[in-house]
Amino acid sequence: MMARLDVSYLTWRVLGRHLAVFRRSWLVNLSFNFVEPLLYFAAMGLGLGAYVRPIAGMSYLQYLAPGLVASSSMFACAYECTYGTFVRLEYQKTYQAILATPVSLDDLVLGDMLFGAFKAVLYGTVILVVMLILGLVVSPTALLVPPVLAVAGMLFAEVSLIWTGLFPHIDNFNYFFSLIMTPLFLFSGVFFPLDGLSRVLRDLAWLSPLTHVVNLTRGLVLGHLAGLEVDFLFVAVLALALLPFPLRLMRRLVLK
Amino acid sequence: MTEAVYARGLVKEFGRVTAVTGIDFEVRAGECFGFLGPNGAGKTTTLRMVHCFLPPTAGELRVLGMPVPAECRRIKGYLGVVPQENNLDPELKVLESLLVYARFFDLSRSEALKRARELLAFSGLEGKEQERPEDLSGGMKRRLVIARALINKPRLLLLDEPSTGLDPQARYQVWQRLFRLKEEGVTLILSTHYMEEATQLCDRLVIMDGGAILAAGEPDRLVADHAGREVVVVGDGAARADEVQTASAGLYRDRLFLGGDLFLYTDRGRELLGSLGHLGFRRLVLRPTTLEDVYLKLTGKEYEE
Repeated sequence: MMARLDVSYLTWRVLGRHLAVFRRSWLVNLSFNFVEPLLYFAAMGLGLGAYVRPIAGMSYLQYLAPGLVASSSMFACAYECTYGTFVRLEYQKTYQAILATPVSLDDLVLGDMLFGAFKAVLYGTVILVVMLILGLVVSPTALLVPPVLAVAGMLFAEVSLIWTGLFPHIDNFNYFFSLIMTPLFLFSGVFFPLDGLSRVLRDLAWLSPLTHVVNLTRGLVLGHLAGLEVDFLFVAVLALALLPFPLRLMRRLVLK
Repeated sequence: MTEAVYARGLVKEFGRVTAVTGIDFEVRAGECFGFLGPNGAGKTTTLRMVHCFLPPTAGELRVLGMPVPAECRRIKGYLGVVPQENNLDPELKVLESLLVYARFFDLSRSEALKRARELLAFSGLEGKEQERPEDLSGGMKRRLVIARALINKPRLLLLDEPSTGLDPQARYQVWQRLFRLKEEGVTLILSTHYMEEATQLCDRLVIMDGGAILAAGEPDRLVADHAGREVVVVGDGAARADEVQTASAGLYRDRLFLGGDLFLYTDRGRELLGSLGHLGFRRLVLRPTTLEDVYLKLTGKEYEE
Protein backbone atom coordinates (compact mmCIF):
# COMPACT_ATOMS: atom_id res chain seq x y z
CA MET A 1 0.00 0.00 0.00
CA MET A 2 0.97 3.59 -0.50
CA ALA A 3 2.63 4.99 2.57
CA ARG A 4 1.82 8.56 3.46
CA LEU A 5 3.16 11.04 0.94
CA ASP A 6 6.43 12.49 2.23
CA VAL A 7 6.97 15.70 0.29
CA SER A 8 8.76 18.90 1.31
CA TYR A 9 10.11 22.08 -0.25
CA LEU A 10 13.27 20.09 -1.01
CA THR A 11 11.54 18.80 -4.14
CA TRP A 12 12.31 22.26 -5.61
CA ARG A 13 15.97 21.73 -4.77
CA VAL A 14 15.85 18.53 -6.82
CA LEU A 15 14.46 20.56 -9.70
CA GLY A 16 17.23 23.10 -9.07
CA ARG A 17 19.84 20.37 -9.32
CA HIS A 18 18.41 19.14 -12.63
CA LEU A 19 18.34 22.70 -13.96
CA ALA A 20 21.98 23.21 -12.92
CA VAL A 21 22.88 20.11 -14.93
CA PHE A 22 20.64 21.18 -17.80
CA ARG A 23 22.39 24.54 -17.95
CA ARG A 24 25.60 22.68 -18.84
CA SER A 25 24.08 21.11 -21.91
CA TRP A 26 20.99 23.09 -22.79
CA LEU A 27 22.17 24.28 -26.17
CA VAL A 28 22.83 20.77 -27.47
CA ASN A 29 19.70 19.52 -25.78
CA LEU A 30 17.46 22.20 -27.08
CA SER A 31 18.77 22.22 -30.61
CA PHE A 32 18.35 18.47 -31.01
CA ASN A 33 14.83 18.31 -29.63
CA PHE A 34 14.00 21.37 -31.62
CA VAL A 35 15.12 20.02 -34.99
CA GLU A 36 12.46 17.34 -35.24
CA PRO A 37 9.38 19.56 -34.85
CA LEU A 38 10.92 22.03 -37.29
CA LEU A 39 11.34 19.23 -39.82
CA TYR A 40 7.65 18.44 -39.39
CA PHE A 41 6.92 22.12 -39.86
CA ALA A 42 8.76 22.15 -43.13
CA ALA A 43 7.81 18.74 -44.53
CA MET A 44 4.19 18.49 -43.40
CA GLY A 45 3.22 22.12 -42.94
CA LEU A 46 4.81 23.53 -46.03
CA GLY A 47 5.46 20.48 -48.25
CA LEU A 48 2.38 18.38 -47.70
CA GLY A 49 0.34 21.43 -46.71
CA ALA A 50 0.52 22.77 -50.25
CA TYR A 51 -1.75 19.88 -51.32
CA VAL A 52 -4.14 20.01 -48.39
CA ARG A 53 -7.44 21.90 -48.46
CA PRO A 54 -7.81 24.54 -45.78
CA ILE A 55 -9.09 23.03 -42.53
CA ALA A 56 -11.84 25.12 -40.91
CA GLY A 57 -10.63 28.04 -42.96
CA MET A 58 -6.95 27.64 -41.88
CA SER A 59 -3.88 26.85 -43.90
CA TYR A 60 -2.45 23.43 -43.11
CA LEU A 61 0.60 25.01 -41.46
CA GLN A 62 -1.66 27.10 -39.25
CA TYR A 63 -3.58 23.93 -38.34
CA LEU A 64 -0.50 21.78 -37.74
CA ALA A 65 1.76 24.16 -35.83
CA PRO A 66 -0.17 24.33 -32.51
CA GLY A 67 -0.41 20.54 -32.59
CA LEU A 68 3.36 20.37 -32.82
CA VAL A 69 3.62 22.65 -29.79
CA ALA A 70 1.72 20.01 -27.80
CA SER A 71 3.45 16.95 -29.24
CA SER A 72 6.91 18.47 -28.92
CA SER A 73 6.35 19.18 -25.26
CA MET A 74 5.02 15.66 -24.74
CA PHE A 75 8.05 14.02 -26.35
CA ALA A 76 10.57 16.19 -24.49
CA CYS A 77 8.92 15.30 -21.21
CA ALA A 78 8.62 11.61 -22.05
CA TYR A 79 12.31 11.31 -22.94
CA GLU A 80 13.24 13.02 -19.69
CA CYS A 81 11.09 10.81 -17.49
CA THR A 82 12.11 7.53 -19.11
CA TYR A 83 15.71 7.67 -20.31
CA GLY A 84 16.66 10.66 -18.18
CA THR A 85 15.28 9.30 -14.92
CA PHE A 86 16.53 5.79 -15.58
CA VAL A 87 20.07 6.92 -16.36
CA ARG A 88 20.18 8.93 -13.13
CA LEU A 89 18.88 5.96 -11.16
CA GLU A 90 20.66 3.04 -12.73
CA TYR A 91 23.85 4.37 -14.35
CA GLN A 92 24.84 7.63 -12.70
CA LYS A 93 23.41 6.63 -9.29
CA THR A 94 22.37 10.24 -8.81
CA TYR A 95 19.26 9.05 -7.01
CA GLN A 96 21.35 7.32 -4.39
CA ALA A 97 23.49 10.42 -3.91
CA ILE A 98 20.51 12.71 -3.44
CA LEU A 99 18.73 10.27 -1.13
CA ALA A 100 21.70 10.46 1.24
CA THR A 101 20.62 14.04 1.97
CA PRO A 102 17.42 15.12 3.76
CA VAL A 103 15.58 14.77 0.44
CA SER A 104 12.92 12.02 0.61
CA LEU A 105 12.17 9.57 -2.17
CA ASP A 106 8.86 11.32 -2.83
CA ASP A 107 10.65 14.69 -3.04
CA LEU A 108 13.01 13.15 -5.54
CA VAL A 109 10.40 11.56 -7.82
CA LEU A 110 8.27 14.69 -7.68
CA GLY A 111 11.38 16.72 -8.55
CA ASP A 112 11.85 14.53 -11.63
CA MET A 113 8.24 15.21 -12.60
CA LEU A 114 8.73 18.94 -12.17
CA PHE A 115 11.78 18.77 -14.39
CA GLY A 116 9.78 16.79 -16.97
CA ALA A 117 7.08 19.47 -16.81
CA PHE A 118 9.75 22.17 -17.16
CA LYS A 119 10.96 20.52 -20.34
CA ALA A 120 7.40 20.23 -21.60
CA VAL A 121 6.96 23.98 -21.13
CA LEU A 122 10.34 24.84 -22.62
CA TYR A 123 10.12 22.69 -25.75
CA GLY A 124 6.51 23.62 -26.42
CA THR A 125 7.16 27.31 -25.91
CA VAL A 126 10.11 27.28 -28.29
CA ILE A 127 7.80 26.09 -31.08
CA LEU A 128 5.30 28.71 -30.02
CA VAL A 129 7.96 31.39 -30.45
CA VAL A 130 8.69 30.10 -33.94
CA MET A 131 4.97 30.32 -34.69
CA LEU A 132 4.97 33.88 -33.41
CA ILE A 133 7.83 34.77 -35.72
CA LEU A 134 6.02 33.17 -38.66
CA GLY A 135 2.86 35.13 -37.81
CA LEU A 136 0.92 32.00 -36.86
CA VAL A 137 -0.13 33.18 -33.40
CA VAL A 138 -3.53 34.77 -33.78
CA SER A 139 -4.71 35.51 -30.26
CA PRO A 140 -3.10 36.86 -27.07
CA THR A 141 -4.68 33.92 -25.24
CA ALA A 142 -1.61 32.09 -26.56
CA LEU A 143 0.06 33.46 -23.43
CA LEU A 144 -1.84 30.76 -21.54
CA VAL A 145 -0.13 28.00 -23.50
CA PRO A 146 2.98 27.71 -21.25
CA PRO A 147 1.01 27.28 -18.00
CA VAL A 148 -1.26 24.76 -19.70
CA LEU A 149 1.83 22.89 -20.87
CA ALA A 150 3.07 22.83 -17.28
CA VAL A 151 -0.05 20.96 -16.17
CA ALA A 152 0.09 18.72 -19.24
CA GLY A 153 3.78 18.17 -18.53
CA MET A 154 2.98 16.80 -15.07
CA LEU A 155 0.58 14.34 -16.70
CA PHE A 156 3.09 13.24 -19.35
CA ALA A 157 5.76 12.94 -16.66
CA GLU A 158 3.51 10.68 -14.60
CA VAL A 159 2.67 8.45 -17.55
CA SER A 160 6.36 8.18 -18.46
CA LEU A 161 7.46 7.43 -14.90
CA ILE A 162 4.74 4.78 -14.62
CA TRP A 163 6.28 3.05 -17.62
CA THR A 164 9.77 3.48 -16.16
CA GLY A 165 8.60 1.95 -12.88
CA LEU A 166 6.85 -0.97 -14.58
CA PHE A 167 9.46 -1.83 -17.20
CA PRO A 168 12.74 -0.54 -15.82
CA HIS A 169 15.16 -1.46 -18.55
CA ILE A 170 16.84 0.84 -21.02
CA ASP A 171 15.80 -1.43 -23.94
CA ASN A 172 12.13 -1.25 -22.97
CA PHE A 173 11.81 2.49 -23.45
CA ASN A 174 11.74 1.97 -27.23
CA TYR A 175 8.43 0.18 -26.78
CA PHE A 176 7.06 3.07 -24.77
CA PHE A 177 7.71 5.34 -27.71
CA SER A 178 6.57 3.00 -30.49
CA LEU A 179 3.55 1.58 -28.63
CA ILE A 180 2.30 4.62 -26.74
CA MET A 181 3.90 7.91 -27.69
CA THR A 182 3.83 7.51 -31.47
CA PRO A 183 0.16 6.38 -31.65
CA LEU A 184 -0.75 9.34 -29.44
CA PHE A 185 1.23 11.61 -31.71
CA LEU A 186 -0.52 10.30 -34.82
CA PHE A 187 -4.10 10.06 -33.56
CA SER A 188 -4.58 13.05 -31.30
CA GLY A 189 -5.53 15.65 -33.85
CA VAL A 190 -2.02 16.99 -34.47
CA PHE A 191 -2.12 16.20 -38.19
CA PHE A 192 -5.82 15.97 -39.04
CA PRO A 193 -9.19 16.68 -37.41
CA LEU A 194 -10.62 13.70 -35.59
CA ASP A 195 -14.14 14.35 -36.92
CA GLY A 196 -13.39 12.34 -40.04
CA LEU A 197 -12.61 9.20 -38.05
CA SER A 198 -15.04 6.40 -37.30
CA ARG A 199 -16.99 6.63 -34.04
CA VAL A 200 -14.80 4.05 -32.26
CA LEU A 201 -11.53 5.69 -33.26
CA ARG A 202 -12.89 9.07 -32.31
CA ASP A 203 -13.83 7.84 -28.85
CA LEU A 204 -10.43 6.26 -28.46
CA ALA A 205 -8.76 9.48 -29.53
CA TRP A 206 -10.83 11.38 -26.99
CA LEU A 207 -9.20 9.24 -24.29
CA SER A 208 -5.76 10.31 -25.44
CA PRO A 209 -4.43 13.05 -23.15
CA LEU A 210 -2.59 14.56 -26.10
CA THR A 211 -5.91 15.16 -27.89
CA HIS A 212 -6.94 17.53 -25.14
CA VAL A 213 -3.58 19.24 -24.96
CA VAL A 214 -3.72 19.77 -28.74
CA ASN A 215 -7.24 21.18 -28.43
CA LEU A 216 -5.94 23.55 -25.76
CA THR A 217 -2.86 24.77 -27.63
CA ARG A 218 -4.78 25.18 -30.87
CA GLY A 219 -7.72 26.89 -29.21
CA LEU A 220 -5.50 29.27 -27.24
CA VAL A 221 -3.35 30.16 -30.22
CA LEU A 222 -6.43 30.89 -32.32
CA GLY A 223 -8.49 32.44 -29.52
CA HIS A 224 -11.21 29.81 -29.95
CA LEU A 225 -11.94 29.17 -26.30
CA ALA A 226 -15.29 27.37 -26.50
CA GLY A 227 -15.13 23.95 -24.83
CA LEU A 228 -11.53 24.31 -23.71
CA GLU A 229 -12.50 24.05 -20.04
CA VAL A 230 -13.47 20.42 -20.65
CA ASP A 231 -10.08 19.71 -22.18
CA PHE A 232 -8.30 21.41 -19.32
CA LEU A 233 -10.34 19.54 -16.72
CA PHE A 234 -9.57 16.25 -18.44
CA VAL A 235 -5.83 16.94 -18.29
CA ALA A 236 -5.79 18.38 -14.77
CA VAL A 237 -8.01 15.73 -13.18
CA LEU A 238 -6.12 12.90 -14.84
CA ALA A 239 -2.82 14.43 -13.68
CA LEU A 240 -4.09 14.53 -10.10
CA ALA A 241 -5.59 11.05 -10.25
CA LEU A 242 -2.43 9.41 -11.57
CA LEU A 243 -0.07 11.12 -9.13
CA PRO A 244 0.19 8.28 -6.57
CA PHE A 245 1.13 5.66 -9.17
CA PRO A 246 4.54 6.91 -10.31
CA LEU A 247 5.46 7.61 -6.69
CA ARG A 248 4.52 4.09 -5.65
CA LEU A 249 6.16 2.40 -8.63
CA MET A 250 9.37 4.39 -8.35
CA ARG A 251 9.55 3.58 -4.65
CA ARG A 252 9.33 -0.10 -5.50
CA LEU A 253 12.04 0.30 -8.13
CA VAL A 254 14.49 2.29 -6.02
CA LEU A 255 14.11 0.18 -2.88
CA LYS A 256 14.43 -3.18 -4.63
CA MET B 1 25.86 9.92 26.04
CA THR B 2 23.80 7.96 23.56
CA GLU B 3 25.32 5.67 20.99
CA ALA B 4 25.76 6.94 17.44
CA VAL B 5 23.92 3.86 16.22
CA TYR B 6 21.88 1.37 18.19
CA ALA B 7 20.46 -1.70 16.46
CA ARG B 8 18.50 -4.57 17.98
CA GLY B 9 17.08 -7.48 16.02
CA LEU B 10 17.58 -5.61 12.77
CA VAL B 11 16.13 -7.51 9.80
CA LYS B 12 16.00 -6.71 6.08
CA GLU B 13 14.12 -8.89 3.64
CA PHE B 14 13.85 -8.40 -0.10
CA GLY B 15 10.82 -10.48 -1.06
CA ARG B 16 11.70 -13.97 0.12
CA VAL B 17 15.41 -13.25 0.44
CA THR B 18 16.64 -12.29 3.89
CA ALA B 19 19.68 -10.05 3.47
CA VAL B 20 20.09 -9.21 7.16
CA THR B 21 18.85 -11.79 9.62
CA GLY B 22 18.27 -9.93 12.86
CA ILE B 23 21.51 -8.35 14.04
CA ASP B 24 22.42 -6.41 17.18
CA PHE B 25 25.20 -3.84 17.31
CA GLU B 26 25.94 -0.41 18.60
CA VAL B 27 28.40 2.20 17.41
CA ARG B 28 29.83 4.55 20.03
CA ALA B 29 30.11 8.24 19.35
CA GLY B 30 33.58 9.16 18.08
CA GLU B 31 34.80 5.69 17.21
CA CYS B 32 35.51 4.07 13.88
CA PHE B 33 33.33 1.00 13.51
CA GLY B 34 33.81 -1.57 10.78
CA PHE B 35 31.66 -4.11 9.00
CA LEU B 36 33.90 -6.80 7.62
CA GLY B 37 32.73 -9.63 5.44
CA PRO B 38 32.65 -11.17 1.97
CA ASN B 39 30.47 -9.83 -0.84
CA GLY B 40 26.84 -10.56 -0.14
CA ALA B 41 27.36 -10.69 3.62
CA GLY B 42 24.79 -7.97 4.25
CA LYS B 43 27.22 -5.12 4.97
CA THR B 44 25.89 -2.73 2.35
CA THR B 45 22.27 -3.51 3.24
CA THR B 46 23.02 -2.78 6.90
CA LEU B 47 24.73 0.49 6.05
CA ARG B 48 21.82 1.44 3.81
CA MET B 49 19.38 0.92 6.65
CA VAL B 50 21.51 3.07 8.93
CA HIS B 51 21.57 5.94 6.43
CA CYS B 52 17.83 5.69 5.88
CA PHE B 53 17.99 4.49 2.29
CA LEU B 54 16.29 1.17 2.99
CA PRO B 55 13.54 0.87 5.60
CA PRO B 56 14.21 -2.06 7.97
CA THR B 57 11.80 -4.99 7.73
CA ALA B 58 11.90 -5.51 11.49
CA GLY B 59 13.86 -4.61 14.58
CA GLU B 60 14.85 -1.45 16.35
CA LEU B 61 17.25 1.04 14.79
CA ARG B 62 18.24 4.39 16.28
CA VAL B 63 20.75 6.72 14.68
CA LEU B 64 22.13 9.61 16.74
CA GLY B 65 19.39 8.83 19.22
CA MET B 66 16.60 9.17 16.66
CA PRO B 67 14.43 6.31 15.43
CA VAL B 68 14.59 4.98 11.85
CA PRO B 69 12.53 5.42 9.74
CA ALA B 70 10.36 7.93 11.63
CA GLU B 71 13.06 10.62 11.88
CA CYS B 72 14.89 9.90 8.63
CA ARG B 73 14.80 13.42 7.28
CA ARG B 74 16.40 14.82 10.46
CA ILE B 75 18.85 11.97 10.75
CA LYS B 76 20.04 12.42 7.17
CA GLY B 77 20.81 16.06 7.92
CA TYR B 78 23.58 14.88 10.29
CA LEU B 79 24.96 12.10 8.12
CA GLY B 80 27.50 11.84 5.36
CA VAL B 81 27.37 8.87 3.00
CA VAL B 82 30.13 7.59 0.75
CA PRO B 83 28.62 4.85 -1.39
CA GLN B 84 30.44 1.90 -2.87
CA GLU B 85 30.22 3.28 -6.39
CA ASN B 86 31.17 6.88 -7.07
CA ASN B 87 28.01 8.73 -8.00
CA LEU B 88 29.28 12.14 -9.01
CA ASP B 89 27.27 14.17 -11.48
CA PRO B 90 29.22 13.70 -14.71
CA GLU B 91 27.94 17.00 -16.13
CA LEU B 92 28.94 19.13 -13.16
CA LYS B 93 32.38 20.51 -12.46
CA VAL B 94 34.07 19.77 -9.15
CA LEU B 95 33.17 22.96 -7.28
CA GLU B 96 29.69 23.12 -8.74
CA SER B 97 28.90 19.55 -7.75
CA LEU B 98 29.68 20.44 -4.12
CA LEU B 99 27.56 23.60 -4.28
CA VAL B 100 24.60 21.80 -5.84
CA TYR B 101 24.80 19.09 -3.19
CA ALA B 102 24.97 21.69 -0.41
CA ARG B 103 21.54 22.98 -1.41
CA PHE B 104 19.96 19.72 -0.30
CA PHE B 105 21.23 20.50 3.21
CA ASP B 106 19.87 24.05 3.14
CA LEU B 107 23.30 25.66 3.17
CA SER B 108 23.25 29.21 1.87
CA ARG B 109 25.28 29.98 -1.22
CA SER B 110 28.04 31.74 0.76
CA GLU B 111 28.22 29.06 3.46
CA ALA B 112 28.34 26.40 0.77
CA LEU B 113 31.14 28.16 -1.06
CA LYS B 114 33.21 28.54 2.10
CA ARG B 115 32.65 24.93 3.08
CA ALA B 116 33.38 23.68 -0.44
CA ARG B 117 36.71 25.50 -0.54
CA GLU B 118 37.69 24.08 2.86
CA LEU B 119 36.80 20.61 1.70
CA LEU B 120 38.68 20.89 -1.58
CA ALA B 121 41.74 21.89 0.43
CA PHE B 122 41.17 19.05 2.89
CA SER B 123 40.86 16.61 0.00
CA GLY B 124 43.89 17.82 -1.92
CA LEU B 125 41.72 18.98 -4.80
CA GLU B 126 42.70 22.65 -4.92
CA GLY B 127 43.05 23.81 -8.48
CA LYS B 128 40.60 21.18 -9.68
CA GLU B 129 37.50 23.34 -9.13
CA GLN B 130 36.68 23.57 -12.82
CA GLU B 131 37.47 19.97 -13.78
CA ARG B 132 34.82 17.43 -14.59
CA PRO B 133 34.76 14.11 -12.72
CA GLU B 134 35.84 12.19 -15.82
CA ASP B 135 39.10 14.16 -15.85
CA LEU B 136 39.99 13.17 -12.28
CA SER B 137 42.02 10.12 -11.27
CA GLY B 138 40.31 7.31 -9.38
CA GLY B 139 41.75 8.49 -6.08
CA MET B 140 40.70 12.09 -6.66
CA LYS B 141 37.17 11.03 -7.58
CA ARG B 142 36.98 9.06 -4.37
CA ARG B 143 38.22 12.01 -2.34
CA LEU B 144 35.70 14.24 -4.05
CA VAL B 145 32.88 11.86 -3.12
CA ILE B 146 34.15 11.95 0.47
CA ALA B 147 34.38 15.76 0.35
CA ARG B 148 30.81 15.92 -0.90
CA ALA B 149 29.66 13.69 1.95
CA LEU B 150 31.25 16.17 4.39
CA ILE B 151 29.54 19.29 3.02
CA ASN B 152 27.03 19.35 5.91
CA LYS B 153 29.69 18.73 8.63
CA PRO B 154 28.21 15.33 9.44
CA ARG B 155 28.43 13.86 12.93
CA LEU B 156 28.40 10.38 11.47
CA LEU B 157 30.12 9.40 8.23
CA LEU B 158 29.28 6.08 6.55
CA LEU B 159 31.66 4.68 3.99
CA ASP B 160 30.85 1.62 1.92
CA GLU B 161 34.17 0.11 0.83
CA PRO B 162 35.92 3.46 0.75
CA SER B 163 39.12 2.30 -0.93
CA THR B 164 38.06 -0.59 -3.15
CA GLY B 165 39.69 -0.34 -6.56
CA LEU B 166 42.29 2.25 -5.53
CA ASP B 167 46.03 1.80 -5.83
CA PRO B 168 48.05 1.76 -2.58
CA GLN B 169 49.00 5.45 -2.69
CA ALA B 170 45.46 6.56 -3.41
CA ARG B 171 44.18 4.25 -0.70
CA TYR B 172 46.58 5.69 1.83
CA GLN B 173 45.51 9.21 0.96
CA VAL B 174 41.91 8.25 1.63
CA TRP B 175 42.90 6.68 4.96
CA GLN B 176 44.79 9.81 6.00
CA ARG B 177 41.61 11.84 5.54
CA LEU B 178 39.63 9.36 7.56
CA PHE B 179 42.19 9.48 10.40
CA ARG B 180 41.91 13.24 10.47
CA LEU B 181 38.12 13.14 10.53
CA LYS B 182 38.25 10.74 13.44
CA GLU B 183 40.57 13.10 15.30
CA GLU B 184 38.02 15.84 14.72
CA GLY B 185 35.44 13.71 16.47
CA VAL B 186 33.44 12.42 13.51
CA THR B 187 32.04 8.95 14.10
CA LEU B 188 32.99 6.66 11.21
CA ILE B 189 31.28 3.52 10.04
CA LEU B 190 32.84 1.64 7.19
CA SER B 191 32.38 -1.61 5.38
CA THR B 192 35.31 -3.33 3.81
CA HIS B 193 36.72 -6.64 2.79
CA TYR B 194 40.28 -5.40 3.20
CA MET B 195 41.78 -6.66 6.47
CA GLU B 196 44.46 -4.02 6.28
CA GLU B 197 41.86 -1.28 6.12
CA ALA B 198 39.88 -2.71 9.02
CA THR B 199 43.00 -3.19 11.17
CA GLN B 200 44.35 0.28 10.46
CA LEU B 201 41.17 2.24 10.85
CA CYS B 202 38.67 0.45 13.07
CA ASP B 203 38.47 0.69 16.85
CA ARG B 204 35.88 -2.04 16.83
CA LEU B 205 34.36 -4.15 14.12
CA VAL B 206 31.94 -6.93 13.40
CA ILE B 207 32.49 -9.77 10.98
CA MET B 208 29.39 -10.54 8.93
CA ASP B 209 28.46 -13.40 6.69
CA GLY B 210 25.12 -14.59 5.37
CA GLY B 211 23.36 -11.59 6.87
CA ALA B 212 24.47 -12.37 10.43
CA ILE B 213 27.17 -11.07 12.74
CA LEU B 214 29.65 -13.84 13.46
CA ALA B 215 31.96 -11.97 15.82
CA ALA B 216 32.34 -8.50 17.28
CA GLY B 217 35.07 -6.63 19.11
CA GLU B 218 38.37 -4.80 18.86
CA PRO B 219 40.59 -6.12 16.07
CA ASP B 220 43.35 -7.31 18.45
CA ARG B 221 40.89 -9.01 20.77
CA LEU B 222 39.18 -10.74 17.87
CA VAL B 223 42.50 -12.10 16.68
CA ALA B 224 43.50 -13.27 20.16
CA ASP B 225 40.11 -14.83 20.89
CA HIS B 226 39.45 -16.53 17.59
CA ALA B 227 42.82 -17.32 16.08
CA GLY B 228 45.32 -17.41 18.95
CA ARG B 229 48.80 -16.00 18.62
CA GLU B 230 50.16 -17.89 15.69
CA VAL B 231 49.21 -20.05 12.79
CA VAL B 232 51.04 -22.87 11.06
CA VAL B 233 50.10 -23.25 7.44
CA VAL B 234 50.61 -26.81 6.24
CA GLY B 235 50.84 -26.71 2.44
CA ASP B 236 48.64 -29.40 0.88
CA GLY B 237 48.02 -30.67 4.38
CA ALA B 238 44.26 -30.98 4.16
CA ALA B 239 44.36 -34.53 2.80
CA ARG B 240 46.65 -35.67 5.65
CA ALA B 241 44.79 -33.97 8.48
CA ASP B 242 44.56 -37.22 10.46
CA GLU B 243 48.31 -37.79 10.41
CA VAL B 244 48.84 -34.20 11.50
CA GLN B 245 46.44 -34.66 14.35
CA THR B 246 48.20 -37.77 15.56
CA ALA B 247 51.61 -36.11 15.36
CA SER B 248 50.68 -32.92 17.16
CA ALA B 249 47.68 -33.67 19.33
CA GLY B 250 47.03 -30.88 21.80
CA LEU B 251 49.48 -28.43 20.25
CA TYR B 252 46.92 -26.49 18.24
CA ARG B 253 43.55 -25.19 19.35
CA ASP B 254 41.72 -25.10 16.06
CA ARG B 255 42.14 -25.92 12.41
CA LEU B 256 40.86 -24.67 9.08
CA PHE B 257 40.84 -26.27 5.65
CA LEU B 258 41.42 -23.81 2.86
CA GLY B 259 42.09 -24.71 -0.75
CA GLY B 260 43.86 -27.98 0.11
CA ASP B 261 45.99 -26.33 2.78
CA LEU B 262 45.60 -26.90 6.48
CA PHE B 263 45.71 -23.97 8.89
CA LEU B 264 46.57 -24.81 12.52
CA TYR B 265 45.88 -22.08 15.07
CA THR B 266 48.06 -22.20 18.13
CA ASP B 267 49.74 -20.38 20.98
CA ARG B 268 52.69 -22.82 20.80
CA GLY B 269 53.94 -22.33 17.26
CA ARG B 270 57.54 -23.55 17.67
CA GLU B 271 56.53 -26.82 19.34
CA LEU B 272 53.84 -27.43 16.75
CA LEU B 273 56.27 -26.83 13.91
CA GLY B 274 58.74 -29.26 15.51
CA SER B 275 56.09 -31.94 15.89
CA LEU B 276 55.36 -31.82 12.15
CA GLY B 277 58.97 -31.91 11.00
CA HIS B 278 59.13 -35.67 10.34
CA LEU B 279 56.00 -35.72 8.15
CA GLY B 280 57.86 -34.31 5.13
CA PHE B 281 55.59 -31.41 4.13
CA ARG B 282 57.34 -29.20 1.60
CA ARG B 283 55.51 -26.03 2.62
CA LEU B 284 55.32 -25.39 6.33
CA VAL B 285 54.98 -21.78 7.48
CA LEU B 286 54.73 -20.34 10.97
CA ARG B 287 53.47 -16.74 11.16
CA PRO B 288 51.66 -14.46 13.58
CA THR B 289 47.88 -14.45 13.20
CA THR B 290 46.08 -11.44 11.75
CA LEU B 291 42.52 -10.36 11.33
CA GLU B 292 42.58 -12.24 8.06
CA ASP B 293 42.78 -15.51 9.97
CA VAL B 294 39.74 -14.62 12.04
CA TYR B 295 37.94 -13.69 8.86
CA LEU B 296 38.89 -16.90 7.09
CA LYS B 297 38.02 -19.01 10.06
CA LEU B 298 34.62 -17.45 10.52
CA THR B 299 33.57 -17.01 6.92
CA GLY B 300 35.39 -19.95 5.32
CA LYS B 301 33.12 -22.72 6.56
CA GLU B 302 32.17 -23.86 3.09
CA TYR B 303 35.73 -24.97 2.47
CA GLU B 304 35.72 -27.41 5.37
CA GLU B 305 35.87 -31.00 4.17
